[in-house]
Amino acid sequence: MGRFIVRRLLQMVFVMFAVSVLTFFIFQVIPNGDPAERMAGKQPREAQIQAIRREWGFDDNKFVQYYTTMKKVFNGDLISYTTQLPVMDEIVKGLPRTLSLAFGAAILWMFVAICFGLYSAMRAGKFADRFLTIIALIGISLPVFWIGALMSYYLGYRLGWFPNGGYVEFTKDPVDWAYHLILPWTALAILFIGFYSRVLRSNVLDTINEDYVRTARAKGLGERQIMIRHVLRNSMIPIVTLWGLDFGAVVGGGAILTETVFDLQGVGQYAAEAVGQLDVPPVLATTLFAAFFIVLLNAIVDIAYAYLDPRIRLQ
Amino acid sequence: MATEPATETTLQGPAAWEEEADREHVHGLGPWKLGLRRLRRNKVALLFGLMFVLLVASCVAAPIWAKRVAHTTATANHLSDVIKVDGKDKNVVGLDGVPIGPQWLKADGKFLLGADRNGRDIMVRLLYGGRNSLMIGIVAALITMFLSIILGVVAGYFRGPVDAVIRGLLDIMWSFPVIILGTALGVALALGGLKIGPIHVAVYSLTIPVLIIGLVYVPYMARPVRGQVLSLREKEFVEAARAQGAGPIRIMFTEVLPNLASTIVVFFTLLIANAILLESALSFLGAGVQAPNPSWGTMIDEGVDRIATAPHLTIVPGLMLVLTVLSLNVFGDGVRDALDPRAKVRLEH
Repeated sequence: MGRFIVRRLLQMVFVMFAVSVLTFFIFQVIPNGDPAERMAGKQPREAQIQAIRREWGFDDNKFVQYYTTMKKVFNGDLISYTTQLPVMDEIVKGLPRTLSLAFGAAILWMFVAICFGLYSAMRAGKFADRFLTIIALIGISLPVFWIGALMSYYLGYRLGWFPNGGYVEFTKDPVDWAYHLILPWTALAILFIGFYSRVLRSNVLDTINEDYVRTARAKGLGERQIMIRHVLRNSMIPIVTLWGLDFGAVVGGGAILTETVFDLQGVGQYAAEAVGQLDVPPVLATTLFAAFFIVLLNAIVDIAYAYLDPRIRLQ
Repeated sequence: MATEPATETTLQGPAAWEEEADREHVHGLGPWKLGLRRLRRNKVALLFGLMFVLLVASCVAAPIWAKRVAHTTATANHLSDVIKVDGKDKNVVGLDGVPIGPQWLKADGKFLLGADRNGRDIMVRLLYGGRNSLMIGIVAALITMFLSIILGVVAGYFRGPVDAVIRGLLDIMWSFPVIILGTALGVALALGGLKIGPIHVAVYSLTIPVLIIGLVYVPYMARPVRGQVLSLREKEFVEAARAQGAGPIRIMFTEVLPNLASTIVVFFTLLIANAILLESALSFLGAGVQAPNPSWGTMIDEGVDRIATAPHLTIVPGLMLVLTVLSLNVFGDGVRDALDPRAKVRLEH
C-alpha cells in the first residue's frame, strides 16, 4: 500500500510538472502582446522598455524564464503584469469563496441525487421514474451560466427572494453566508444532480437483483433497512468516486462560470478576468491551482480505491 | 468441457440454437437490427431525434429565412430603422436604447423574436448562430472520436510502454483546467491570429474553438475505449486472426474496431451535445466565436448584460441551446439503451 501511494504521488508531481511546462510554453507561442511594452505605459521610451525587460528577465533564455517563474510560483512572489499586485494574495483571498461554492454545491447535488436516484429506481418504469428521468436529462442539458443568469435576475432581482450576487464571509454570519450562496449552489448543482441521479438509479437497479438483497428480504428485514443498509451502501461506491473527481473539476474549472455569473469573486472569477486581459502570471498560477485540485482529488480517489480493493495496487 | 465430451448427435450452446432456428425457419437478427428494433420502440427518443434533425435543418436553411422572410443578414444593423407592426410605426431600437421584443408574425416575419441592441434580427442571428454552434459541435465531436479511437485502440492493443505513454498523455489532458486554457487561447487568438511555421490561423476562424473542444473530451472517450480493447484483444477471434498471420494494423482495424462500433455510436451523440455546451461556455467567456459572428454562446453573453431591459436576448438563444442539447441527450440515451443496455457511458463538461 505504501508503495502504491508513493507511486501515485510521484505520478501526481509528474502531471503537475507537465501541466506547468505546457502552460508556460503555450504562452510563449501564442501572441499575447509584449508584457514589457504593456507595463511601460503609453508612449514609452525604448530605454524604459529595455529596462523593464532586463528587470523582469524577459530577455533570458526561455528555460531560465521558466525556472524563475516557477520559483516565484513556489515562493508566492508572482506579480500580475497588469495590476502589479501579488498573484498569491488574490488567490488566497478568493480561495474561501471558491471552496464555499464547491463544497456547498457538492453536498447539495449529492443529497438531492441520492433522493432522486433511489426513488427513481424504486419506482422503475412507473410514472415517477420517467418524470425524474426527464428532469435529470433536462438538468444535464442546462448551461450553468444561462440558468445562473436567469435565476440571478428573476429570483434575485425581480422577485427579491435572494440576494443579487455578492458574498458574505462564513465567520461573520453563517446564515447570511448560506443565504448568499443558495442560488450559486443550486445553479452549479443542477447539472450534477442530473448525472448522479441517473448513475445511482442504474447502480441501484443492478444491486437490487443481487443475492444478498434477496437473502435480506428472505430473512424478513424491512424494506427501508434493505434499501438503505444493503442496496444504497453498495450502489454508492461508484458515486463517491465520481464525487471526488467532480469536486476537483469544479474547484479547478467549473466554478469559473458560476462565479462570473453571480459575481462571487473567487479564484475562478479571478482566472476569468486575468484571461480576459491575457495577464500571463495569474493565468499560469490559476491554471496550476486548478490542475492541482484535479490531480489531488484524482490521487485521493485512486488511493481510496486501492485501499478498498487490493487488486488495483498490483496493476 | 473436456471432461464431458459431447456426443456427435447433440450440439450445445450457440450451435444448438442456430440449428434449432434453422429447423424452425427463424432467422436470427444481427445486433444492429436488434438495436434498431429496440430504438424504434422508444418513441420518446425518436421524437427527440426528429427534433434535432428539424433544428439542424432550420439552421441549414438560415439564408432562406434571412432573404425571403426577414430581408436582412445576421450582422446587418437596423439601429435607426422603423418597422410597421399592425399598421403602426415602431422603432426597432427605442430612443432609450431598448430593442423591440418578439413580434411573432405581426411584422410579416421581420423581427420574429425581436432585435438586439444593434437592431439585428434575433431570429436570423439565432439560425446563423446555430450553424456555428452545431458545426463546432459536430466537427469537434468528430475530432474527439478520431483521436480517442486511435489512442485508445493503440494503447489497449500494444499495452506495455506504449500504453504507459498514452495514459500519461491522457492524464495530463484530463488535469488541464480546460476552461481557463481554452479561454486564454481563444482571447489570444482573437487579438492577432496565430502563425506557427506554415500554419496560419485567422482571427475569426472557428478552427481554434473546434480544436480546443475536440481535444478536451479525448480522455473521456479514449479511456473506456482502451479498457474495451484490453479485453477484446484476448478474445478468440483475435487469436484466430493472429494465427492466420494478420499484423497488428489489420487486427486493430478489421477485428477490434468493428466491436467498438456501438460504443462509438453512443459516444458520438453525447459528444456533440457536450461540445455544443462547451462552445457556448467558451463563447460566453469571450473566447469562442468572435463578434459580430453569432453563436448561441456569444448571443447569451451579449444578452446577459441587458437582461433587465431585454430578457428575450438571453432567453431565446439559451432555450435554443437547451433544446438542441436536450434532444441529443435524450436521443443518445435511447441509442445507448437500444445498442448496449449495460454500457456505462458518461460525459461531463
